[in-house]
Amino acid sequence: MLRFVIRRLLYAALVLLLVATLVFVFLHVSPVAVERVIGGPRASTETLAQIRANLGLDRPAIVQYGEWLARLARGDLGESYVNGTPVATLIAGRLPTTLWLVFGAGVLWFLGGVATGVFSATRARGLGDRVITVVVLVGLSTPAFVMALVLLYLFSTKPAEYGVHLFEAGPPLQEHFLQRMILPWIALAFLLMATYTRLTRGAMLDVLSEDYIRTARAKGLGERRVVYRHGLRSALTPVVTQFGIDLGALIGSTIVTEKVFGLQGVGQLVYQSIALGDTPVIIGVTLMVTFFVVLANLLVDVGYSFLDPRVRLA
Amino acid sequence: MSFSDLEAEAVHADAGPALTVRGRSPFQLAWNRFRRDRLALASLVILALMVVFAALAPLWESLTGHAYDATFPRTALDPSGQPVGPSAEFWLGADQLGRDVFVRASYGARISLIVGVAAAVVASLAGVVVGTLSGFVGGWLDTLLARLMDLTLALPYLLVAIMLATTFQISSVPASLLMTILVIAFFSFAAFGRIIRGQVLAMKEKEFVEAARSLGAGSGRIMVVDVLPNLVAQVTVLTSLLIPTSIVFEATLSFLGVGVRLPMPSWGSMLAEGSDVFQTAWWLLAVPAVLLLLTTLSFNLLGDGIRDALDPRADRVVRTK
Repeated sequence: MLRFVIRRLLYAALVLLLVATLVFVFLHVSPVAVERVIGGPRASTETLAQIRANLGLDRPAIVQYGEWLARLARGDLGESYVNGTPVATLIAGRLPTTLWLVFGAGVLWFLGGVATGVFSATRARGLGDRVITVVVLVGLSTPAFVMALVLLYLFSTKPAEYGVHLFEAGPPLQEHFLQRMILPWIALAFLLMATYTRLTRGAMLDVLSEDYIRTARAKGLGERRVVYRHGLRSALTPVVTQFGIDLGALIGSTIVTEKVFGLQGVGQLVYQSIALGDTPVIIGVTLMVTFFVVLANLLVDVGYSFLDPRVRLA
Repeated sequence: MSFSDLEAEAVHADAGPALTVRGRSPFQLAWNRFRRDRLALASLVILALMVVFAALAPLWESLTGHAYDATFPRTALDPSGQPVGPSAEFWLGADQLGRDVFVRASYGARISLIVGVAAAVVASLAGVVVGTLSGFVGGWLDTLLARLMDLTLALPYLLVAIMLATTFQISSVPASLLMTILVIAFFSFAAFGRIIRGQVLAMKEKEFVEAARSLGAGSGRIMVVDVLPNLVAQVTVLTSLLIPTSIVFEATLSFLGVGVRLPMPSWGSMLAEGSDVFQTAWWLLAVPAVLLLLTTLSFNLLGDGIRDALDPRADRVVRTK
């Protein structure tokens, strides 16, 4: 067991290192010149060279890479080229918004998806099942940003009437927190909820046709108890696995939702940094997001090996 | 029943004039099942209409007299500068710069269809090659390729896609089109390859592969002649379901301004440009959103239909048990 965990940890570290290197290489061949951004369009060649020297960009790429790795090993993500703020501080300022967005949406899509999945599976081929099937297909076909735009169109109060978009979340999350977050949550959860309905329905139908379910019915248990205690419990395992993975992966794909609703989260941070050529911030956020993905996979793998001893042998 | 018995029966069936039994190829069987799936047929019709709508974009341009990137400030904007709604002159209204939404949407349809289909085909080709090699050859090649696929899946795809698009800043429309297709294909091939690898791993142990080997066939021949034909059904279904995903991916990239370059309209960039004014001009949201949804929904329905037709035993995950 311990060896399994250690092996997975080493592999996770390797993935992080590879991703970091990949991003480093990409950004090095990028034509977006940060000295141009800092110096402005009319800066002279000397000024631009001076900025590059100040940032240490005039040294060979391999030296920069080595230094960056050494700092990373000490847990230092470096500073923003544009304003000198430590990258860790920048991310820490933006992370709560993104985490709130992802976890709120996560609760919504997990509960919603499982509930509709069970409903659908216990009434397979009935009217309710068919209606849900159509909604699921629409959900699977709708890009997150289209859903976000439609919600904004339907529910946002007109600026002329209130002076502010009540639903358009600005930086302070505390004010009108629920009103500001509810639309982003729904927009983000809609597509994933459809996936989870499909997943739960399929798993439930498989489980409900098992012999032990027939046994449970034969010994006279109530239908509710059969479905929830005996059926749902084992049907949930693959659903929870997927949930862990999606939750980790989603932290990197909230850019669109954040952009539409004006949420100042990590996604917006990296989107703005790419336009500025602010390399340390871009690498920092990418690393952080990859870290969440790898962590989620790791937790799922390890958790699985506790639940199911067969996985450990693989 | 021995083979000669079967043969005798077949001859007998052929002999009776009223009982002619014709052999049907797997394709014919699948087509017969597909024909009975009304939802899949309806989506096929919608997609055909969408292709016509996209293919005739130059015709719409000459009929209306509005080039896709031409602005008509005098006819398309009212005195207060607001874009006009659907009318005889602007069939689906105008945008805030005074351009024809109908014409732009038809060019956007071209982009969506081209990128969606091309990216899905490239991704499935790469996925089949990598998955088959990884699963069949095994050893260090498998370790390398499987880890490569794992790594691709661990990348935050939207972030890296934006980064790639910014890194290779491309100003020409065709080059940005190619770039978008390759980026989408790159992030889709790994999931595809993993499924194929699993299939090939299972198939490797089957008797027919053993039989081919005992007849002296080499690995290359077995992969091409014995393994690949058995993947056709799976690959067709996966590819058709990858098309709507790719279309959504393209729209998202264009929405973020890193997809197909302007001024070439894409449904994603139309939505981005319209998002400032659609509170008063609903058609700027409705037209691209409805077209996008209609296309992805139809491809999803079509993909489900193809799956049911190709494998009648496969559990219809959604529609029926």
